[in-house]
Amino acid sequence: MPQSQDNALVRDIANRDYEYGFTTDIETEIIPRGLSEDVVRLISQKKGEPQWLLDFRLKAYRHWLTMEQPKWGHVDLPPIDYQAISYYADPRGRKRKDGPQEIDPELQKTFDKLGIPLNERLALSGVAVDAVMDSVSVKTTFKEKLAEKGIIFCSISEAVKDHPDLVRQYLGSVVPYRDNFFAALNSAVFSDGSFVYIPKGVRCPMELSTYFRINAINTGQFERTLIVCDDGGYVSYLEGCTAPMRDENQLHAAIVEIVVCQDAEVKYSTVQNWYPGDREGRGGVYNLVTKRGLLKGDRSKLSWTQVETGSAITWKYPSCVLKGDGSTAEFYSVAVTNNHQQADTGTKMVHLGRNTRSTIVSKGISAGRSQNSYRGLVRVAPNAEGSRNYSSCDSLLLGDTCGAHTFPYIDVNNDSSVVEHEATTSKISEDQLLYCNQRGIPPEEAVALIVNGYAKEVLNKLPMEFAVEAQKLLSVSLEGSVG
Amino acid sequence: MLEIKNLHASVEGKEILKGIDLSIKPGEVHALMGPNGSGKSTLSNVLVGNPQYTVTQGSVTFRGKDLLQMPAEDRSHEGLFMSFQQPVEIPGVSMNNFMRAALNAKRKYLGQPPISGGDFLKLVKEKREMVGLDASLTRRGVNEGFSGGEKKRNEIFQMAMLEPLLTILDETDSGLDVDALRIVAEGFNRLRTENTSAICITHYQRMLDYIKPDIVHVMMDGRIVRTGGPDLAYRIEEQGFDWLKEE
Repeated sequence: MPQSQDNALVRDIANRDYEYGFTTDIETEIIPRGLSEDVVRLISQKKGEPQWLLDFRLKAYRHWLTMEQPKWGHVDLPPIDYQAISYYADPRGRKRKDGPQEIDPELQKTFDKLGIPLNERLALSGVAVDAVMDSVSVKTTFKEKLAEKGIIFCSISEAVKDHPDLVRQYLGSVVPYRDNFFAALNSAVFSDGSFVYIPKGVRCPMELSTYFRINAINTGQFERTLIVCDDGGYVSYLEGCTAPMRDENQLHAAIVEIVVCQDAEVKYSTVQNWYPGDREGRGGVYNLVTKRGLLKGDRSKLSWTQVETGSAITWKYPSCVLKGDGSTAEFYSVAVTNNHQQADTGTKMVHLGRNTRSTIVSKGISAGRSQNSYRGLVRVAPNAEGSRNYSSCDSLLLGDTCGAHTFPYIDVNNDSSVVEHEATTSKISEDQLLYCNQRGIPPEEAVALIVNGYAKEVLNKLPMEFAVEAQKLLSVSLEGSVG
Repeated sequence: MLEIKNLHASVEGKEILKGIDLSIKPGEVHALMGPNGSGKSTLSNVLVGNPQYTVTQGSVTFRGKDLLQMPAEDRSHEGLFMSFQQPVEIPGVSMNNFMRAALNAKRKYLGQPPISGGDFLKLVKEKREMVGLDASLTRRGVNEGFSGGEKKRNEIFQMAMLEPLLTILDETDSGLDVDALRIVAEGFNRLRTENTSAICITHYQRMLDYIKPDIVHVMMDGRIVRTGGPDLAYRIEEQGFDWLKEE
């Protein structure tokens, strides 16, 4: 491609590549910046929490003070000034004091713009949404309809009030606050996220989804999501996330816990599109997340599918503890990094029960000056006889200024288990591009086509309603990466 | 249709084409023969716009337009098609998706709306049957796990879909047994019209038993050294290229 045309293309793309970068001008109640026991108490008080939850937060906070930020990730994470962040931002304005009422039109407009209508009549058929902006859940749709089947789908704040026994039983049971630095921080200051409970033998008739939006400046978002699927239940859950374009970095430190009981099945899908920063690496979200599922009952199933295209830095390992005999876990991941993005992501499969099975399929795609790492642990305990793992990690490089890395850890402690690991690294070849161009497909479209083909195995795992969106997202994330 | 004048081209700084002159009229089939390294494949790569090759001198006009100024995809839209010597695999991209993207890119270039799903599948079926391509292949990834014969037949299928005006067959006979070659050649012949032309690059006469050339050129060391009728190909089959060097 001639240089001049190439430059025009690059400029064009720089101006349009993150389409969710707008901000909402809305009166937001933000607590002063900084972190202390008083701040933890203030958050708990604002949410009207019971004493046991405040105690949980304070224990976590005190433990956090003894910890240091981990350094083992293959990312260059600048020091974070935890006193420069505000830990609670409520965009619901003043009106809410007058009791339950209509949602603020500005918020409604924001979510409409994001393609997430909060009006049930306009909603995507078969999808219930919990919409979270900054620190609070703004609205949860189809709650009543789901309640008819005994399904609980609400914000975690509401669940604390309405279903305290369930929350108290499971909160921190999969990811204890001592688990790691960011888990301790989240446990101290978590704000909102979703709570899902699927009763025994109930198959959830809709896709459940949570949409996370960061809006307020200089605030952190501390999502907390808890999903419990009782014996023989089934649910498919999806989360999406976006944030405005800002020159400052913003912190999203989440915990997601999933409990899967006997013969139950949970599918958890993520389309992560936090603001990735600009072409020079200014701004973007630090996405530092602990996600873990406990396959508690025999023959339980858990499947993680993630499409990671956003964030300046991603540090995330959706994991599975296969405790029940004959339980099955899957991890399907596509991680795309462009410009200056850094991703260190993968999974942990811990086999405790007998005849447990896990599958890992990871596809990394790196472009620009980005760094993309797969980090995965497969551990088979002495008692987990007859267990199997299959891992396949592929890296695709676009250009020669990016990096792809694979860090597999394998720890097998019995003789009857089989662990397989395959890894490949490839580049989009000049020959593939020429072949597409010769058939009339222009370079940008050709790259999108080739990358989508490469990621197909993972994209096929997404709920149908979101697969098309994810394909588009992959193409947009890589625009400007050829020329 | 195609006018090549004094074309010089190099790859990695080394001059391969040293002044090619060639004129092709609508309806004509030209055979391009020559020993390995004579520049046949370089010429086809330059014509389709492979960025690894640099044109240092000369001009190419295709249907009255300056071909060398066009990006590769526009050359395709204007009606240039190459059947690749070694078609690449594009894993995970189904032939159907690939062809639809190609067809719609062309339609966009011509100012036409995208083809509907139903019309597209009808077209695929029609063209597939015309060139004898198995239905299961169009649902697989592009050339993914195709045999040598299937890959070449798939090239002709794509030609049928895109209906080019000038087709370059770049050593389409290489790696094919006689039966496979016959099927591919018959597919190609079925697609010929009095307005379409072809350049058939080959080492061997046997390809030209199926695809009858009007004119035969022999290339050596980056130049066309001899041009003649179909009998020239037979003489080469019998005597090789050495007699041309001596002349």
